[in-house]
Amino acid sequence: MKRWVIVIGFIVLAVLHQDIWNWDKSNLVFGFLPVGLAYHAGYSIVAALFWAGVVFFAWPTHLEEWAEGGDKK
Amino acid sequence: MEVSYTPLVIIVIYLSLLLAMAMFSGKLFRGTSKDYFVASHSIGPFMLLMSVFGTTMTAFALVGSTGKSFQIGVGTYGLMASSSGLIHAACFFLIGIKVWAIAKRHGYVTQIQFFRSRFESSALGYLLFPILVLLVIPYLLIGVIGSYRVLGPMTKGMFPDLFSSTGGSLPPWLIGIVICGVVLAYIFAGGSRAAAWANTFQTIVFMAMGVLAFLLVSKAFGGLSAAIEQANAAHLVRTPSELEITTSAGKAIRDIGIHPVTFLTYMFIPLSVGMFPHLFQHWLTAKSAKTFKLTVIAHPLCIMVVWVPCVLLGLWATGVFSPNPSSAWPPPAFKVIGGAGDAEVGKVLSVMINMLIHKPIIVGLVTAGILAAIMSSLDSQFLCLGTIFTNDVVLHNKPEGHFTDKQQVLIARGFIVGIVALTFILSLLLKNVQNVFDLAVWSFSGFGALTALVIPALYWKGATKHGAFACVIAVAVTWIFFFWKSGWGGEYTVAHIMPVAICFMAGLISMIVVSLFTQKPSEETIRKFFVQ
Repeated sequence: MKRWVIVIGFIVLAVLHQDIWNWDKSNLVFGFLPVGLAYHAGYSIVAALFWAGVVFFAWPTHLEEWAEGGDKK
Repeated sequence: MEVSYTPLVIIVIYLSLLLAMAMFSGKLFRGTSKDYFVASHSIGPFMLLMSVFGTTMTAFALVGSTGKSFQIGVGTYGLMASSSGLIHAACFFLIGIKVWAIAKRHGYVTQIQFFRSRFESSALGYLLFPILVLLVIPYLLIGVIGSYRVLGPMTKGMFPDLFSSTGGSLPPWLIGIVICGVVLAYIFAGGSRAAAWANTFQTIVFMAMGVLAFLLVSKAFGGLSAAIEQANAAHLVRTPSELEITTSAGKAIRDIGIHPVTFLTYMFIPLSVGMFPHLFQHWLTAKSAKTFKLTVIAHPLCIMVVWVPCVLLGLWATGVFSPNPSSAWPPPAFKVIGGAGDAEVGKVLSVMINMLIHKPIIVGLVTAGILAAIMSSLDSQFLCLGTIFTNDVVLHNKPEGHFTDKQQVLIARGFIVGIVALTFILSLLLKNVQNVFDLAVWSFSGFGALTALVIPALYWKGATKHGAFACVIAVAVTWIFFFWKSGWGGEYTVAHIMPVAICFMAGLISMIVVSLFTQKPSEETIRKFFVQ
């Protein structure tokens, strides 16, 4: 279940990255940020929040336990 | 005009601090090969974030981002930065953590050891080794040539008697010796741990200096709004257009904006972090899987902190260096950086600082920041090449104990010196010829396409040895073909599609098709690599 949420979230973010609606817009946000840059700066924050959600809700705890019980050369 | 030596003094202080830190971290070196190659898996969350971020940001982070924004406009951030925020973090989470766990469980030090074991093939390692080395070398060249382009203009006129042929600047050979020498000194002193310490320091320096340059330049314009209002309007949108520019060679046309298909397929470039051998080695230095948490979350934010100011600086420069400046001030200096190629646009940041701030101390600090970005990548790359040569070529198939720990470290250091010498010579030969940032994109494209190997290796039990060979060969052949079509390193797309997307798909399809019809990995291998 968690895996599918991550996959869907990732696909949605990848689609949102192609902001065709901003392609020819040059209006300024806060009076100094071109909208194409403001959108993608906001996108970076959303990406960080998405990965924070993944880390907190879908952390592969089992991998760490598995890693410690190895057959090191 | 009187020449100030202050910037050079700041650079000397910065390099000395770096060496002092290296000597300190060298004291922590435990003398074992494992400590030298992967810092005995002891690096914590903050240092992992700083070293991974510092390693992925090359000279491109400050110099290239400003230049690219000056060249093609506002789309630079979406093209290279926000996509990296999403894709890099995905690679850390989906590839990095799993690779760390497998390497920790089975004691791997390099990615070639991992692939050899996963695909039950020694020969795969011999195929991958030259490919990885050849792809890392252009990446190394970006750093060394980048340092020439930064320190050369900064020291102009400082040594008119000593270096008259360069107009009194430090000559490239001397800059190369100093930069490579300092990097060599600290990776010799403490290997992976020294690189992690130095990267942490350097990453903090270049992030801080980028923000400092941004604040001071915006102040020189009279504020953020005044700065953006004088920018060239065509650079504030992503719509493709053409701008006639004046260069020393006459009139030329510069393409502005980005085609949507190029923008979409450029997202394959950041996949390269999934296959960078030096990043693989950084992952293995992590103390535990939890160490990755901060890196996964904060990486997109770190990219934003560095890239938003730099992209804005590039946009502001389009007004300063406009062919038709909207006001009498700043003076039209378009010819200063009027070239159509990256070699010229790469100077935008330093020319802006020199023109608008006039404070030698700031020039020195920002230059130190640029050098920090460059050197934080060079060290990891040199170290990883020494590591893979020692472990995957020299020690491979040798019985345990054939070489002592000291001998292994010595072999790695010897190979690193050889690679540094080769990079140094190539950088002197190519310093005026190649557009280094275009070359970097080709390096990233190769690594990005090769993630078609690592993803199935980690997530598909049916991926076979023959599939792996088919994948690597398909990527190599398509990459070489497009590299040739580009004129050996220029900008190139196929119907606006980035070649990396085609190379990746060729590799992935080859892997899937060949794996479906060839012998599956043994049960033992499946148990070894997949959590049951």
